[in-house]
Amino acid sequence: MARIIVVTSGKGGVGKTTTSAAIAMGLAKKGHKTAVIDFDVGLRNLDLIMGCERRVVYDLVNVINEESTLKQALIKDKRCNKLFILPASQTRDKDALTQEGVGKVLDELSKDFKYIVCDSPAGIERGANLAMYYADDAIVVTNPEVASVRDSDRMLGILASKSRRATNDEEPIKEYLLLTRYSPERVKLGEMLSVEDVQDILSLHLLGVIPDSQSVLNASNAGIPVILDEESDAGQAYQDVVSRFLGENTPHRFINEEKKGLFSRLFGSK
Amino acid sequence: MSLLDYFRRTKPSTATIAKERLQILVAHERSSKHQPSYLPQLQRELLAVIQKYVNVDNEDISVNFEQDDDQEVLELNIVLPEEMEEKKDTEKDKKFSKKNKRKNHV
Repeated sequence: MARIIVVTSGKGGVGKTTTSAAIAMGLAKKGHKTAVIDFDVGLRNLDLIMGCERRVVYDLVNVINEESTLKQALIKDKRCNKLFILPASQTRDKDALTQEGVGKVLDELSKDFKYIVCDSPAGIERGANLAMYYADDAIVVTNPEVASVRDSDRMLGILASKSRRATNDEEPIKEYLLLTRYSPERVKLGEMLSVEDVQDILSLHLLGVIPDSQSVLNASNAGIPVILDEESDAGQAYQDVVSRFLGENTPHRFINEEKKGLFSRLFGSK
Repeated sequence: MSLLDYFRRTKPSTATIAKERLQILVAHERSSKHQPSYLPQLQRELLAVIQKYVNVDNEDISVNFEQDDDQEVLELNIVLPEEMEEKKDTEKDKKFSKKNKRKNHV
């Protein structure tokens, strides 16, 4: 049986797709056969972030409607042979997704894969609900910012009440907090909510902190999951996240400000 | 951090303000998740009735719903204005609690 992980947030633009791509790649790189599914029907972007946008032939909706087989729709990653991408449909309506259809696709994937990462769309509508419905684990991506924290809390309520595990009275979904776009410098200046602040409010297990980093935009520009940029802070932070998710005891990094020289301290340059 | 920033740091930080606002909001939204759906309308109608007799503002009335294991408490809280035509003493909150004992409520 595969473990189904939903990457969700409620709010848009916080880094769900970046995170889905990074974590799926990280799990695959560690040798686990992993599928990553884009649930954002009509606004797909996972293909772009993964750099396989020109190889999309069939998509999730085609598979649900039995217009193609799952095998035909899955795109094998060129950098890691354990990773497969199932894109969302760009032309269909959001209502093309059905709970039954998604369940069937996940069941079929479960036979063959170790991890299934579901990249949820923003919002709390059908796509987002279906992305989290079958999940075993939820990674709640949050920015240290009021709107994002509030929406994450709302999403936690939905995970606890509307998921399959909740409706069937099973063991609840395991929820993890992933704080992204974190700037230790701004936290120190009192301009940004700290890790502790966000944890106080959401009381979630902290899976990791991803620093606000130029490498994320660089990676998406090139269609390379940022976790493959092993030199970058964000890439390393995602590697830590994956090992922590797999149960390794990896200490948190990038939470505190780097030491600066006297010159930059006096003149505030970066 | 530059030298200028060092002198500027006197007022409460925006992060502190953000945290306080969020704590209040999130607590409120969590508690309202479990309350019955008729509560907002009940609040509006009660307010309309009370305003017929007493001059109170919209903010001066609150309806809370709390749930323990086997009892639900509907609490109506009205802040009466200081000068009132009727001789009732003021500033004190009037509390009416309606206790509603029910078991196996969903």
